[in-house]
Amino acid sequence: MLKMAVLAKQVPDTKHVVVEVMKPDGTLNRAALPAIFNPEDLHALEVALRIKERVGGHVTVITMGPVNAAEVLRDSLSRGADAGVLLTDRRLAGSDTLATSIALAAAVRRISPLDMVLCGRQAIDGDTAQTGPQTAQKLGLPQVTYVAEVREVGGGKVTFFRRLGRHAELVESPLPVFITVTSDAGEARPPRAKRMLKYRRARVLAEVRNELAASGATGDELERKVEAERARLEKEGLLLPTWGVDELGLDAVLVGIAGSPTKVKRCENVVLKTGEFKQIEPTEAGARTLIGELVHDHILG
Amino acid sequence: MKEDSIGVAVFAEQDEGALVRVSYELASKARELADRLKTGAGAYLIGGPGIEASAAELVAYGMDQVYVVEDRRLHHYDTLPYAKVLTQLIRRTSPQAVLYGATPVGRDLAPRIASELRVGLTADCTGLEIGDYQGPGGKEYKDILFQIRPAWGGNTIATIVTPEHRPQMATVRSGVMKLGEKHPHHKGRIIRAEAGLSGDEFVLRVLERVSAVKKVDLTTANIIVAGGSGVGSKESFKLILQLAEALGGVPAASRAAVDAGYIDHDYQVGQTGTTVRPKLYIACGISGAIQHRAGMSEASKIVAINTDPTAPIFSIAHYGIVGDLNQVIPRLIKAYRTKA
Repeated sequence: MLKMAVLAKQVPDTKHVVVEVMKPDGTLNRAALPAIFNPEDLHALEVALRIKERVGGHVTVITMGPVNAAEVLRDSLSRGADAGVLLTDRRLAGSDTLATSIALAAAVRRISPLDMVLCGRQAIDGDTAQTGPQTAQKLGLPQVTYVAEVREVGGGKVTFFRRLGRHAELVESPLPVFITVTSDAGEARPPRAKRMLKYRRARVLAEVRNELAASGATGDELERKVEAERARLEKEGLLLPTWGVDELGLDAVLVGIAGSPTKVKRCENVVLKTGEFKQIEPTEAGARTLIGELVHDHILG
Repeated sequence: MKEDSIGVAVFAEQDEGALVRVSYELASKARELADRLKTGAGAYLIGGPGIEASAAELVAYGMDQVYVVEDRRLHHYDTLPYAKVLTQLIRRTSPQAVLYGATPVGRDLAPRIASELRVGLTADCTGLEIGDYQGPGGKEYKDILFQIRPAWGGNTIATIVTPEHRPQMATVRSGVMKLGEKHPHHKGRIIRAEAGLSGDEFVLRVLERVSAVKKVDLTTANIIVAGGSGVGSKESFKLILQLAEALGGVPAASRAAVDAGYIDHDYQVGQTGTTVRPKLYIACGISGAIQHRAGMSEASKIVAINTDPTAPIFSIAHYGIVGDLNQVIPRLIKAYRTKA
């Protein structure tokens, strides 16, 4: 029986940037990108769920972001996670990887002791691969990065298969340990229909309030309805906890923009220029023309 | 300035006793940045017995000091002991900046150290410059490190600064920084340092290690023929290999082709693969997502073959062929074999 936490992030789908999300000036229309479960975090969840199947366990998914990120928790619960926590607070906004790791480490500590903490190698919006190791350091845990497979679990130890550049390693670690997972770890199982029917109704309190306000409730009536809905969700086990800076017991200067050593000086959108290339026909004559020019320019021998 | 101190420092990564290429690239860049800052450049070299022999190479690439920690237990990379040794060296030498290769090792190690030192870290930089920065409150910072990197999946180029914290730290992609000239007469000090390990740092046990010989070095290839998801199947990917062979080049692939299993990751070009600057890059069935273009746009000549005339790859191509690669590639091979 292993107690595990999976750190997951909701990200804009930067992997499938198609022409439609490019603005006329050639820059990216970020609002048009769908928000998705960071792919490698989904592999990390799968690794945790497989461990749970093998030796028993409990998996809590922790995500940090705006209220919309609760979707990651509903998705995780539908796939088999046991619990989910949303870290959301205006004072967490603008956190760089160091500040993020402070918040995540505080959240993990709140549900500790744990045997294993998992996350994806990196998130596709930043591609930094820094938050995992930085969180591991703050928790004082050894880290095993780039895990492709869990080979053995038992006796207070876990054996991982991982690729470190050109070296494939079988690494044995004592518990507790922090691991980052790559896409080699295997596809995540799809949501189970029965669980999905149940957990798609799960909400964080802010969503309950937003939805009731959108339906026209105001003032005392809104408060009454929010409380009634909160009590109902809690009874059904569908109220997702939300932790902010205070619940995490953090000093606000350690997180958010204030707690981030790195600052963005400038952001330049990459502009897709319309190309001026020489068109070559896909014919034998075209092929001869191209090869001829490349040889003439000493590009080809 | 303390006698031990280094202005711009480099983590000199080694693999089984040999320095990896990016270590030299970083040394060249550190030398350049240090000259700009009118300070010294140095390197940290950690490894097993005999590693000190590589220190002279780093001096030849412009290092004024090379700190060497030689310990039998440090032959292979291991996060916790390496992080401890390096953190001690950084504290001792108080550099303004520390550079790491954005290799699997560098990306495992640098964040651990940044967290320990509570400093900033910028991943996968493609450019490093020195400049002045005015903070949001109007405060001026002279001569700080501009860390330039792609963000948002490569759709944005961001300049990151770490105004208040020292050292400023960055990982740098292999093949991005130019390898500078060797200076055989450059004089540098080689300083042996203690590992300072208690033994408790070795909590992981490597039960087995299989080391593949890297099949290909894309960074030095002159001609690259790359295939993408448009190739369609592993079977069709043979065409890419055939064209590469016919032209005396090497095959490569986009991430989509690697993910589809057409070829392994060693051959991947792009933001999470290798950055290449060949004389000729032939992109076959590659749509040209920004992540891919980030890794190959500096090729001298780019030929794009794609059935979709609106594919972004054409925006950076010098020659474009709108057509089916299954027909075009055999024609190119034939044209090359029968050229006058």
